[in-house]
Amino acid sequence: MLTITNLHASAGSKEILKGISLTVKAGEVHAIMGPNGSGKSTLAQVIAGHPGYDVTSGSIEYEGQDLLELDAEERAQQGVFLAFQYPVEIPGVTNAYFLRAAYNEIRKAHGEEEADPIEFLDIMEEKLKLVEMDASMMQRSVNAGFSGGEKKRNEILQMAVLAPKLAVLDETDSGLDIDALRIVAEGVNKLKRPTNATIVVTHYQRLLNYIIPDHVHVLAGGKIVKSGGKELAHELEAKGYDWLLEPAGV
Amino acid sequence: MSSSIEALVNKEYAYGFVTDVESDTIPVGLTEDTVRLISAKKNEPQWLLDWRLKAFRRWQSMTEPHWSNVSYPPIDYQAQTYYSAPKSVKPLQSLADVDPELLKTYEKLGISLTEQKRLNGIAVDAIFDSVSVGTTMKTELEKVGVIFCSFGEAVQHHPELVQKYLGSVVPYSDNFFAALNSAVFSDGSFVYVPKGVKCPLELSTYFRINAANTGQFERTLIVADEGASVSYLEGCTAPKRDENQLHAAVVEIIALDRSSVKYSTVQNWYAGDKNGVGGIYNFVTKRGKAMTDAKISWTQVETGSAITWKYPSVILQGDNSVGEFYSVAVVNGMQQADTGTKMIHIGRNTKSTIISKGISAGKGQNSYRGQVKVLPKAEGARNYTQCDSMLIGNACGAHTFPYIEIANNTATLEHEASTSKIGEDQIFYCKARGLNAEHAISLIVAGFCKEVFKELPMEFALEAQQLLGISLEGSVG
Ligand SMILES: Nc1ncnc2c1ncn2[C@@H]1O[C@H](COP(=O)(O)OP(=O)(O)OP(=O)(O)O)[C@@H](O)[C@H]1O
Ligand SMILES: [Mg+2]
Repeated sequence: MLTITNLHASAGSKEILKGISLTVKAGEVHAIMGPNGSGKSTLAQVIAGHPGYDVTSGSIEYEGQDLLELDAEERAQQGVFLAFQYPVEIPGVTNAYFLRAAYNEIRKAHGEEEADPIEFLDIMEEKLKLVEMDASMMQRSVNAGFSGGEKKRNEILQMAVLAPKLAVLDETDSGLDIDALRIVAEGVNKLKRPTNATIVVTHYQRLLNYIIPDHVHVLAGGKIVKSGGKELAHELEAKGYDWLLEPAGV
Repeated sequence: MSSSIEALVNKEYAYGFVTDVESDTIPVGLTEDTVRLISAKKNEPQWLLDWRLKAFRRWQSMTEPHWSNVSYPPIDYQAQTYYSAPKSVKPLQSLADVDPELLKTYEKLGISLTEQKRLNGIAVDAIFDSVSVGTTMKTELEKVGVIFCSFGEAVQHHPELVQKYLGSVVPYSDNFFAALNSAVFSDGSFVYVPKGVKCPLELSTYFRINAANTGQFERTLIVADEGASVSYLEGCTAPKRDENQLHAAVVEIIALDRSSVKYSTVQNWYAGDKNGVGGIYNFVTKRGKAMTDAKISWTQVETGSAITWKYPSVILQGDNSVGEFYSVAVVNGMQQADTGTKMIHIGRNTKSTIISKGISAGKGQNSYRGQVKVLPKAEGARNYTQCDSMLIGNACGAHTFPYIEIANNTATLEHEASTSKIGEDQIFYCKARGLNAEHAISLIVAGFCKEVFKELPMEFALEAQQLLGISLEGSVG
């Protein structure tokens, strides 16, 4: 589904990603862990198509096409979804309106009919249940005044509605209480299909108790310094990152 | 950023076409004879000619004001034409006689004057250059006693009402542009809603400038008698031309005791091209007087014109009267807007609300200028002002000039202001959800303007929102 090869990316003159290679197959869950500032969010944003980062070399292939050729909105329309580490507020635009606009853009891109507000209400209702979110949240402005946890849950609601093929969750677990963590994780699990894949960026092993990863990667200094199975996460929890950094020259 | 955005930058102003009609256009220049000629063409009574002449003489003694935050080359008032009318428009003709070419023009602008395709619940007066082409739904309105017609027609059929109220809120001596308008105004709309009548239809006037080098100087007079209520909307477009064209209108509203008038504007005059060539110079005086328990509400969506100079105001004359001003002003390209309001509290327990949303993109300069004045007898006056600016890109500007004068210490004033920048972050967030940049911007801006849009009559809220999207297209890239 996704093949990243020797990816280098920078912001301005600062190189942040320094040669990342990663292959994600349909049906898989990959976890990316690593110290603060190691480039996890940058990788997520580059996959989603943030214009603030320049890919200086390397490639990203997604579903047989060159992902870097596509604008961010085209990537989204083709099933790439990023749950933001810091979801953005859009005052004055209701959550319901925003989500329907997004949903319809994706349908249009697939040559499908747009959903009218009534139809969309049904779709939303079902998904709200999935993430145990109150319907009243839909009438509030997108993320404006949402608590940290509400914002994260709202990202998962969007993911549930937009049904992406490749979801990248950037620290969706940070700031969630125990119950919310379980709800979000269950949501992710329920949306899991053999045809889609998920990349979860996290600092905490505990999320991986709920969302069982097939692969765990450690990102440090803009490189993947170690990859392994789910047991790697436990090892990191116990030992921290230092033992990996030095041998990797970070 | 993307080729689709580039294509949009070069997108044409959709209303920039010219209608090919034969016009009766008077020679350029402005003298007392010009004023006499216009008055004669309109077959006006002596008192009105006299009033025009007084205005003209006053205007000659005035100088163009330059205190606003806009700049433009000197206007040569002698190089303008002050009257131009399609030859096919006969005085006081009925709609059935309207030139098909003119009907087509309005169809193209999305306004149907023919019986079948009219918008439900809306009566339209269509003004083309200096004259009214026709007014729809007149019979429906006459049934309840509402007078809605062109100004010229009102002068002929209801001279006593015109004479009583003309200049009663905006005297001809008010300011340079008001004096000019008073001298040479050609047509406009007239509304009278009798005592206790709630006008059953939305009234709207559609202004179209067509002829080259011709200014439009319309005059609108709205009178709501005691306990009456009416909602009125004006729309404006003009062809794309390389020369600047002058538009100096005056709108007067008289809201008698317990009446309510809601006046909405969607102003989309040609703004000039992205290098600032062409576009309308829009110098407008709009003011209402609210008597006891009356309410006047201005809502404006200003997206067009090269220059906008406009301060719809309310004189809160009567006790408990209410004044409102809701404004969205957008500048893009090289546009300049200096707009705001004046709320003059004279009566007791008078209340005013000002919500201003300024959006600046491209190299546009947007200024909010607002005055709240509380006179000594205005016990318990209250004002709430909220003034928000949004910047798109780095080359534009937003400015606020609030003036507050309080002569009664029981007054309560609240003022809130904010400036925000449309963030790359917001746009990227929308894009990451599948929305393209234009869609993202129009969504973010619509959210920003929500409090104002909700004041527009429902039929126009969507139109205004789309218009906003169009005027901002290409502003990010
Ligand atoms: N637009 C930018 N301009 C300059 N520096 C940037 C930019 N974006 C990221 N960086 C820098 O790149 C490095 C990686 O940032 P990134 O946000 O990818 O880290 P992260 O691994 O997600 O960290 P955290 O665990 O704290 O979320 C940091 O040093 C950060 O300051
Ligand atoms: Mg991060």
